[in-house]
Amino acid sequence: MNGIHDLGGKHGVGALEVEKDEPVFHHEWEKRVFGMFFGVAPHGFFNLDEFRHAIERMGAAEYLNSTYYEHWLHAYETLLIEKGAISANEYAERCAEVAAEGQ
Amino acid sequence: MGSAHNRPLSDPEIRVKALESLLVEKGLIDPKALDELVDTYETKVGPHNGAQVVARAWTDPEYKQRLLDDGSAAIGELGFSGMQGEDMVVVENTPEVHNLLVCTLCSCYPWPTLGLPPVWYKAAPYRSRAVSDPRGVLAEFGVNVSEDKEVRVWDSTAEVRYMVLPERPPGTESLTESELAELVTRDAMIGVALVNAPA
Repeated sequence: MNGIHDLGGKHGVGALEVEKDEPVFHHEWEKRVFGMFFGVAPHGFFNLDEFRHAIERMGAAEYLNSTYYEHWLHAYETLLIEKGAISANEYAERCAEVAAEGQ
Repeated sequence: MGSAHNRPLSDPEIRVKALESLLVEKGLIDPKALDELVDTYETKVGPHNGAQVVARAWTDPEYKQRLLDDGSAAIGELGFSGMQGEDMVVVENTPEVHNLLVCTLCSCYPWPTLGLPPVWYKAAPYRSRAVSDPRGVLAEFGVNVSEDKEVRVWDSTAEVRYMVLPERPPGTESLTESELAELVTRDAMIGVALVNAPA
């Protein structure tokens, strides 16, 4: 698949940035995104290859402008809705509720 | 009910909180199990594992040969195995060859020996340039490989995971295996650093 994820040899995707002694996770939400995989995957909604493919299906601009664990989050949203584990509506509603509580 | 946040949640925070709450309600995830996994990869599994493998290879020539012949089995001898390390290939740095690892397509990385990969390994600049300009990338990391030395770049596939066996620095003959392991960094096992003898 000739997506943006196939980055070998590409020009113009930015300068190497190395954070010295970086933490394993940079945000609490990244930890949740990481840990979720191993809870959800065994239920059979998707396997690792489908997970990678969901990320590979991201639009090029979105892919390059989002972070690694945002890619994972995108994959969960895509696959869990496509496979019917959650509905797009209930997810949107829950996001709205959470957003309202946070403020 | 007041929340601990006195600021709006970021977009990923909102989505993750919403998703996790739905998945918990539907019995698809267990938050406690999630916590444990995070703790395992934050504090237990990490490059100190790979460093032990390297130190053993430096001090035990027969182990080193087994490691080069069948990485998964030899790494498994030291008790390191599992997710993202099922199919290990260890590549040896020598005076003639310097090895560099990358996953151009995503972020494949040997979790049981190195833990979770750093952000730079998973990001576009490294993934694009490691294969087209490895000497330039190495120079940015402070590793200057002489022109007469070969640089080999290993692009991880969906299943194979690589680990570099760095060269043992001179002047370390008197160190114990565990003292040697202390010298071995994650970056040396990816190939973007050399191992230095203690100052």
